[in-house]
Amino acid sequence: MTGPAMLKEFEDNWVTAMGAWFPGERVVLRGKDVLSDLGRRPWMEYLVYAITGRESPELARLIEGIWAISCSYPDPRLWNNRVAALAGTSRSTGVLAIASAVSVTEATLYGLRPIKRAMDFFYRADSKLKQGQSLEEVIRTELKSFRVVSGYGRPIAETDERISPLLRFAKTLGKGNGPYVKLALQVHDYLKNSRYKNQINIAALAAAILADEGLSPEDLYNLATLAFVAGMFPCYIDARQKPEGALYPLRTTRINYRGAETRHWG
Amino acid sequence: MTANQSETISTKIWREEPEPDNPFAARACYCSGYDVYGDLLGKITWIEYVWLLFRLDPPTPVQKTLLEGLAVGLANPGPRDPSIHAAMSAGVGGSTHASALIAAIAVGAGNLGGAREVLTAMQYWAQCGTDLDAWRGIIATPPVEERTDVWPAMEHTPGFDPNGARCPTPVRQLLDHLATHSDGAILPWLAAHRETLEQCAASPLAFSGVAAATLHELGFSPEQGEMLFLMLRLPGAAAHALEQHMNWARFPFFGSGLTLTDDPGPVARTGKQP
Repeated sequence: MTGPAMLKEFEDNWVTAMGAWFPGERVVLRGKDVLSDLGRRPWMEYLVYAITGRESPELARLIEGIWAISCSYPDPRLWNNRVAALAGTSRSTGVLAIASAVSVTEATLYGLRPIKRAMDFFYRADSKLKQGQSLEEVIRTELKSFRVVSGYGRPIAETDERISPLLRFAKTLGKGNGPYVKLALQVHDYLKNSRYKNQINIAALAAAILADEGLSPEDLYNLATLAFVAGMFPCYIDARQKPEGALYPLRTTRINYRGAETRHWG
Repeated sequence: MTANQSETISTKIWREEPEPDNPFAARACYCSGYDVYGDLLGKITWIEYVWLLFRLDPPTPVQKTLLEGLAVGLANPGPRDPSIHAAMSAGVGGSTHASALIAAIAVGAGNLGGAREVLTAMQYWAQCGTDLDAWRGIIATPPVEERTDVWPAMEHTPGFDPNGARCPTPVRQLLDHLATHSDGAILPWLAAHRETLEQCAASPLAFSGVAAATLHELGFSPEQGEMLFLMLRLPGAAAHALEQHMNWARFPFFGSGLTLTDDPGPVARTGKQP
């Protein structure tokens, strides 16, 4: 059903199994009572349940570790963090700082887009491999179509210092040895020794570890949305504590103008 | 039909008439009584329409000229401004275009050169008007909120640049342009007393101060002024963010511009500190 008929069907009528608040009484999320049940569990388990519907302390701990190791770098030079720091130096509010920095994390070079696309690549690659294509064919097709393999290569630095720590952490939970992690490392070996020289980055490894847990790219995207905030708060707080306007002020000569010569309007 | 359909949106701004075959589509839209698509379109300028939305009556020619002049003056603070820097930071990493404007709004919302500063400065104007002694008093003893708020407390006189030296030429040019076209009392008074106020504030007038004076003279409330300031600075943010799209390799990273003072040093692979 589409068009006005669909809108009439939904007018003042939202039917959902997701959850609701009964004012002054109780809250339900995905069929469970929040105040007596879900609310007593760790927050990460609540979030994983809210997004995926899965009750798994093990999965929540794995995701929490991926967040802690991978995502929250407290450096104001990083572009999403820089927005939070600039908000601090301009004396904006903390929520505006974090919300805007989170929105900027939905980037192409880093953050949400590579994370979601890396998992999507592994699922598509696995399907093609099962149809008989070679890994080289799969990678070459990906490069021909998109110029990159999401999750491989990195701006600023060549190698990703997070790979070994995350693998070590995953192994403490008995994870990190699944077929998608093996596929991710095979792609790394191929690309590293090719003319592209691209190495695996944390987006691919995190995506592969969680693909082995059966998550979808959409689940991963939703779960990663807030993963970066612990690096943003320190940048905002630090800039708030320093003099206003002190974060990387730029003198006029820092503008490298390459446009039209001076001219007059009209 | 359910009982909730008695819940409505009350507004003096907007009225709609439905298409005969679809109650969810408008056949006509009226802004404060004017048929937007059947009458205003082709007659009204963008800035007049913005005025109408906020004020519900058309601007006078002088009001239009002043708001238009202010809009030009604010449209692009330039790439060194923190709000534009934030928008470009979205651009260089290939973030969504919406996030570039969200970043510009968030960073340009605050007390230093931002919309909150404009709101506070407009409150000063409402309190002091053209009374120089009142200005001297409020600058010397600024109002302090007894309870805390989500907004940081002001750290300088609103409308003045705490990191400035003398009033930059473009700020003076904008003020002079607006004061020349004004038919009110505020802008000519500010132009005449700028240097006195700057001495009181121990800092030069900023664009936020010109904006606050203009918007106050035009009769906008501080809250309306805050909103307009947020909106009017977005064109430059959008253009600069698009220009820097995926341009991270040629955009300042300040690679050697950070010194860490609390560093445990490299940690061995075992995870234990040496």
